[in-house]
Amino acid sequence: MKVNLKIWRQAGPDAPGKLVDYSVENIDPSQSFLEMLDTLNEQLVKSGQEPVAFESDCREGICGNCGLVINGVAHGAKGGCTTCEIRMRQYNDGDTITVEPFRARAFPLIKDLVVNRTAFDRIMSKGGYVAMNAGSAQDANLQPIHQDLAEAAMDAASCIGCGACVAACPNASASLFVGAKVSQYTWLPQGQVERSTRALKMVKQMDSEGFGDCSNHAECEAVCPKEISIANISRMRREFSKALFAR
Amino acid sequence: MIKKPTLDAKIPEGPIGEKWTNHKFNMKLVNPANKRKHEVIVVGSGLAGASAAASLGELGYKVKCFCIQDSPRRAHSVAAQGGINAAKNYQNDGDSVYRLFYDTVKGGDFRAREANVHRLAEVSNSIIDQCVAQGVPFAREYGGTLSNRSFGGAQVSRTFYARGQTGQQLLLGAYGALMRQVDAGSVEMFTRREMLDVVVVDGKARGIIVRNLVSGELEEYAADAVLLCTGGYSTVFYLSTNAVNCNATAAWRCYKKGAHFANPCFTQIHPTCIPRFGETQSKLTLMSESLRNDGRVWVPKKKEDDRKPIDIPEAERDYYLETKYPAFGNLVPRDIASRNAEEVCVQGRGVGPTGYAVYLDFADAINRLGKDVIAARYGNLFAMYHEITGDDPYETPMMIYPAPHYTMGGLWVDYNLMTTIEGLFALGEANFSDHGANRLGASALMQGLADGYFVIPYTLGNYLATEKPAPVNTNAPEFAEARKQVSQGIKDLMNINGKTTADEIHRQLGDVMIEYVGMSRSEEGLKKALKKIPEIRKKFYEDLCIPGNTKDYNKELEKAARVADFLELGELMARDALERKESCGGHYRVESQDEEGEAKRDDENFCHGAVWKFKGEGKVPERLIEELHYEHVIPSNRSYK
Ligand SMILES: Cc1cc2nc3c(=O)[nH]c(=O)nc-3n(C[C@H](O)[C@H](O)[C@H](O)COP(=O)(O)OP(=O)(O)OC[C@H]3O[C@@H](n4cnc5c(N)ncnc54)[C@H](O)[C@@H]3O)c2cc1C
Ligand code: SF4
Ligand code: FES
Repeated sequence: MKVNLKIWRQAGPDAPGKLVDYSVENIDPSQSFLEMLDTLNEQLVKSGQEPVAFESDCREGICGNCGLVINGVAHGAKGGCTTCEIRMRQYNDGDTITVEPFRARAFPLIKDLVVNRTAFDRIMSKGGYVAMNAGSAQDANLQPIHQDLAEAAMDAASCIGCGACVAACPNASASLFVGAKVSQYTWLPQGQVERSTRALKMVKQMDSEGFGDCSNHAECEAVCPKEISIANISRMRREFSKALFAR
Repeated sequence: MIKKPTLDAKIPEGPIGEKWTNHKFNMKLVNPANKRKHEVIVVGSGLAGASAAASLGELGYKVKCFCIQDSPRRAHSVAAQGGINAAKNYQNDGDSVYRLFYDTVKGGDFRAREANVHRLAEVSNSIIDQCVAQGVPFAREYGGTLSNRSFGGAQVSRTFYARGQTGQQLLLGAYGALMRQVDAGSVEMFTRREMLDVVVVDGKARGIIVRNLVSGELEEYAADAVLLCTGGYSTVFYLSTNAVNCNATAAWRCYKKGAHFANPCFTQIHPTCIPRFGETQSKLTLMSESLRNDGRVWVPKKKEDDRKPIDIPEAERDYYLETKYPAFGNLVPRDIASRNAEEVCVQGRGVGPTGYAVYLDFADAINRLGKDVIAARYGNLFAMYHEITGDDPYETPMMIYPAPHYTMGGLWVDYNLMTTIEGLFALGEANFSDHGANRLGASALMQGLADGYFVIPYTLGNYLATEKPAPVNTNAPEFAEARKQVSQGIKDLMNINGKTTADEIHRQLGDVMIEYVGMSRSEEGLKKALKKIPEIRKKFYEDLCIPGNTKDYNKELEKAARVADFLELGELMARDALERKESCGGHYRVESQDEEGEAKRDDENFCHGAVWKFKGEGKVPERLIEELHYEHVIPSNRSYK
């Protein structure tokens, strides 16, 4: 099969960018979307042109490195999967596909489809953990945790930090990402000690990074490859207000 | 064979169960007030790197941590699915530190160091405590206690897991600890940096040269010690289950500066991966090993039988693992399952479009247990398989084929995890590790975290307190020299101006590696590989093309530099495999088999680690050895019949 592509090309953060037309032929339907881009890049390189810069690593939906806006939707229209998990079999011969980066004020563009998401790391550094030095833990089974709570924590902990939620949000809010982490620890006894400061510190950092506010569009939930629920955002808000009042 | 003097692994004296305890007491300590005067470089932020950097930060050292991804949380450890072992014996099923030690030494086919493995088993329990305390959401029973499963054929249930995302959850725990230290100011994080050389001053590792992958600039960093936590080298095969950015570059450059490389030919080819579909494929996807608990492996009895699987009657199917290994059946260890799959395919009985696949059939299990039970056990794996291949495993058998997955070989380290360059330590998959010739499932995560949380904090302190490294900074001439070399290397690659891409060369190398240095190896094949790899290398240096320029985000340049190193490492792997004329673990030499065609170890001549010393560009490296002694787990034949 063959597809036509319109890909965002931008040489650097300050360079002008535009959509450029390409086409790729002889696509195997089992190929992944990124392998299709690899094929394009190989063609470009062999003809002396610069390949399209994009990121990926695990190519199986767990590292959160890949992330493209495909036909206007972060990680593509299929839903529930990352860009690297998309197979070409879902497209038709002759389709035209637009490919753009995850755009947000807090995710400055580096080149073509590559953006800088270190704002996420800075948010995590403010409380995305339980403060527990190596060596100070008690026996792991001393504190039973209800299976449902462990499962709920695991649901929230599945976030891969890809940033699709931000890219999809009209306000470029990082609330789903932060909400997931805050929620994971509200479910667990280990998270209780720092509970009141965690939400405050993480939300404050999120705001200072230039992410917008959440106004309940739920676009984030729709694109999240790990299907993280927006209930996590409400939980984060409750944690935040509780913590504010407790001060 | 002439025996070479053996390397000194610095194994502490005393009974096996007391070595580590005694050693911890005997090692020197760094005074708390002095810790912040010591700078430590940690390269890598996977389980090994993140846990090491965080723990050293907690102790008060000044740490700089580097990774190639945009965030430490994306290190390849994130992809581990199955679980992590520990000797907790929470199931009361007879597990113990000694049994985990025993199983790991035996599983490694008697090519691992007993003392190291015992220490690993000892600290395994602290790892689980640590991770639970960090809020890692491990699977639990109804009563709230931790859940375990038996994994990879183990006879006890000692594997802890967090759905199919154990690596992710453990890494996020370590990453959280790391980011806490970043916030506290004790660790400085450098993302999107690729280490291209180690700087050795007065015989000691004192810094690194990295390329900033965004600006393309070379940067230098100095420290009192360097910890290499850069993962394994399965991507030398091009197609593997590893992430596409995994590489051997950091370890390889250290090798060329004097860190010896041990057992490079010990690689693990995992039996249950989705088969290759075609030329443009960039990686292979692992399907959890747990599938072999209920799936039956078979191929048609007839060669080139192109009927649909459901049209092939029972009598014309060969359930080859069940017939050959009645005691273990489909649950034989990874190396055996992989080798047998290759064998039937080479015989022309493989299935699927390429003929390099075997069936993993759930029809019987679905009949016996019902679709719901199978869906509950493997639902997400089935969905993933369906998504990737377009086939529904509830309706038609899965197709699987082995894929390179893990590398037991790596930089040689002594008991303290120090390489043959003083002050350069190697942790996690990057070292030649505790897994001997074959790694058991769920033990790599354990080893990475053991090294980082519970071993290096002690042994590094001892090194610093004993050696008291003199102050050094990046003005030392050795930094300028290393930087010049790296910069020249990059220029040389850029100036080739040919027509072949780095990926094309990498694929050619991968084809040679998997054919001759893959699951079964012969003298003839290995000699062929030793002839073909230099030819591919020649082509690389004559016809490589890299567009763009060096002072920019340039993926093609990154790839090319990694391929350059793989082209040398691949040759060393073949050489190592050729010299090891025995079969052991994942290393199967066709010349060394018993009457039944099973692997035959040669303890008389090969009960040692092969440790390769770099002798200069274009020169044949020297093969040293580390003699191995088994006092507790007496070498026996692994029999699974
Ligand atoms: C698909 C899959 C499933 C697995 N499942 C299991 C399992 O269930 N149980 C188990 O025990 N094991 C499993 N393993 C094995 C295990 O995941 C790995 O062995 C382990 O995670 C390696 O950890 P590490 O910290 O040594 O390296 P990695 O996690 O690979 O980290 C390497 C780090 O080094 C950095 N780096 C690399 N090169 C450079 C450079 N040149 N300069 C700077 N930084 C660099 C990277 O950025 C990264 O941060 C699995 C492996 C795979 C591939
Ligand atoms: S919440 Fe979902 S979309 Fe947002 S970063 Fe996490 S995984 Fe990605
Ligand atoms: S490349 Fe890892 S999630 Fe897509």
